[in-house]
Amino acid sequence: MCVSTIQIDVIIPTQTKYLNLIGSIGERIAKELDHYAGDREALAYHLNLVLTEATANAIKHANYDNPKDTVRILIHIQDNELNIKVYDHGQGFDLESVPLPDFEHPREGGMGLYLIRTLMDSVTYTKLDDCNVLEIIKYL
Amino acid sequence: MNLNLEKINGVSVLFVQEERIDAHNSSELKEALLHMIEQGDVTIIVQLEQVRFIDSSGLGALLSGYKNAAAKSGKLALACCRQQVLSMFELTRLNRVFEIYADLNEAFDNET
Repeated sequence: MCVSTIQIDVIIPTQTKYLNLIGSIGERIAKELDHYAGDREALAYHLNLVLTEATANAIKHANYDNPKDTVRILIHIQDNELNIKVYDHGQGFDLESVPLPDFEHPREGGMGLYLIRTLMDSVTYTKLDDCNVLEIIKYL
Repeated sequence: MNLNLEKINGVSVLFVQEERIDAHNSSELKEALLHMIEQGDVTIIVQLEQVRFIDSSGLGALLSGYKNAAAKSGKLALACCRQQVLSMFELTRLNRVFEIYADLNEAFDNET
């Protein structure tokens, strides 16, 4: 049996100009995956979107007192599990307290985490000693 | 952000000449729409044919334009969305807010 593992570890400055780069990595991964039977174009868009939203969120919550602050994005694929971890050094937030968007009275913000949760299988946000990590899992 | 504004049939058509709208450039789109509305262009069609990716901040910029146009008794509609972009409006149910037309002719037929 052929077991293929992919791991991509990227560290970027907390600047939105890098969102395209990060999203593009997700899109390329979807196109290169072996043995994926689903809609590859849809997966490519979804991974681009989820990585873009998660990274933008980390940049938004970054530590602006530190001009050298960074966001780390770790993508790990093994067997049928795609695992994304996005690390930030901000104050963090309570994922469980983020409400669903009000679809009857839509607002400009607040859709990012909803999109991530809707398109992926598991989302958690954990405070570690020196950073926070948003962990996203998608079963392929 | 590359934007091209044309007046066609009395309607302000904003051509978004970017493949991607995300948190890096969405504020420029929001500001451009706000500027148009403040200048009195309140009947707007945003042409999205070139856009192959939009994130939540891009949707938010368009929603801001929609609300600002409506506040001045105007309207902001969308045209020429690619399938993946259209799916974002469906996912967020914003397809119930915006009029979304297949092409500009259909938009003109309904908005003028």
